[in-house]
Amino acid sequence: MQTVAGKSIHGERFFKYALIAPAVFLILFIGLYPFFKLIVTSFQNISMFDEIRSYQGFIHYGRLFGDTRLWSSILNTVLFTVVALPIELLLGYFLAVLFLGRLPFKQALVAIILLPTIISPIVAGSIWRLLFDQRFGPINQAISWFAGRDVKILWTVESAFVWPAILIAEVWQWTPFMFLLLYAALSGVDKEQLEASQIDGASWWMTFRRIVLPAIMPVMVIAVLIRALDLFRVFDVIWTMTQGGPGTQTETISIYAYQMAFRQFEISYSSAIAFVVIVILTAIVMAALRRVELAR
Amino acid sequence: MNRWDRGWRLGLRLAIAVVVAMLFVFPVYWLAAISVKSPDEIYAYPPVWFPSAFHLSSYVTLFRDGDAWAVWNSLITAGVSTLLAMFFGTLAAYSIVRFKTGGAHLPMWIISQRMVPPICVAFPIFLLFVSLHLIDNFTGLILLYTAFNIPYVTWMMRGYIQDIPLELEQSALVDGLTRWSTLWKVVLPMARAGLFATAVFTFIFAWNDFLFALILTKSEVVTYTVKVTGYFGSQSTFWSKIGAMSMLGVLPMIFVVGTMQRFIVRGMTMGAVKG
Repeated sequence: MQTVAGKSIHGERFFKYALIAPAVFLILFIGLYPFFKLIVTSFQNISMFDEIRSYQGFIHYGRLFGDTRLWSSILNTVLFTVVALPIELLLGYFLAVLFLGRLPFKQALVAIILLPTIISPIVAGSIWRLLFDQRFGPINQAISWFAGRDVKILWTVESAFVWPAILIAEVWQWTPFMFLLLYAALSGVDKEQLEASQIDGASWWMTFRRIVLPAIMPVMVIAVLIRALDLFRVFDVIWTMTQGGPGTQTETISIYAYQMAFRQFEISYSSAIAFVVIVILTAIVMAALRRVELAR
Repeated sequence: MNRWDRGWRLGLRLAIAVVVAMLFVFPVYWLAAISVKSPDEIYAYPPVWFPSAFHLSSYVTLFRDGDAWAVWNSLITAGVSTLLAMFFGTLAAYSIVRFKTGGAHLPMWIISQRMVPPICVAFPIFLLFVSLHLIDNFTGLILLYTAFNIPYVTWMMRGYIQDIPLELEQSALVDGLTRWSTLWKVVLPMARAGLFATAVFTFIFAWNDFLFALILTKSEVVTYTVKVTGYFGSQSTFWSKIGAMSMLGVLPMIFVVGTMQRFIVRGMTMGAVKG
């Protein structure tokens, strides 16, 4: 390539770096600098009351272990992820199967179902807070109809209902994402193989396990990984619906890190938290990227 | 299976699909309904499911009080940062595809920057922006969104440029075009659809962002997402404003989902699934 049409090798080399330099510079500016700043800060002692910039050792990392609020926020995040993810996956799969094949108004219906995924999570959270409102929201009213009496559930306040409320909002917003990806994957399954297995009298389960599942696996893995990462850093929806409340009951790791840094100004400590989260996530991300790259 | 059977099945599937679509669209309908209800209807008990008339007073209030500026702020920051991110990201992508700049590791490193949870770097970025006087002005927010979206643009455009046959470029070079004009006159026109789709998603990411807008603005360049959360008070919640402001944020998205359907799979999976 380098000698095509007599272009000098030197010129090409300058050109290729000139093209990529602004992008790399900007990424370093907001990516690398804050990252190093984070590490440095986590070894200092900066908070609302202190501003000690000398090396303080691992005091903040030591504090992590005894912080029950941190551990419960991590537990919340993990539980939320492992509950929401299978629900979204299953619902998404059933929707995809439903839409597979000929269906009138398919394009329009798909467009309607996709709408939640591209509106802001802030708006989604607001919508659900309005829907769950104990007095003016339609959800309590609909439940009242079925129950035959007045039901006044304080969805975003009562501890038994607050997680289900958030879960419903999250599932509503992101099931369509699963649906879309699985639909794309299922459309690509070899029809002749399916027909052949039917002729051979294979059961539904055998067909699913031997033909459908292997064919949609790569896309499914990507869908699950993307959603898992998003769920792990969930912030906006919970912020609008409960701000982590009641108390700290719906605090996820992102909400907790935000509260620590911007409300309680535990700068060094929140840096330590952020650094640990980045380390954990990097491991998952690297696995995810390898999958994404394989599927290209 | 006879013809009747098949007709029944199709009808049943259609019925279920319509019900599902209604379930998914209902929350958005409720929001839209609130934004055009009269104050009496908003605070009616039991709630009113269908507004009796089309009241635009909530929107009028937003514009009269000046709150609607937040939508303009969102538009400027998302729009300008999209243009910049597209420009720098596409150049980087071309460099990566055609010259293998940085080998296999550079593209991986670039996209991994996208995966870090924003909250983890929010505070250092906040400090950095304070020291550079970039808090609460357009330059700061645009700079942040540009930098934040460059990895996405680079990664997506890398995929789209890889799809363009190399022969076209080679013949352009043989015809005496410089690299730069080959890029502009041959490569980019070929990648038109990809450029458009990537730009739309880049815009959506900036348009929907909340966290960075929250920490990097105070009053001057507050975006619509920050405004919406501000209407939830501990004492009173301004439902009409939440409804109207959220709708202003959702309306462009309705246009997007109507016109961009065939790009959505690829756009939302970072090109991992071509759809």
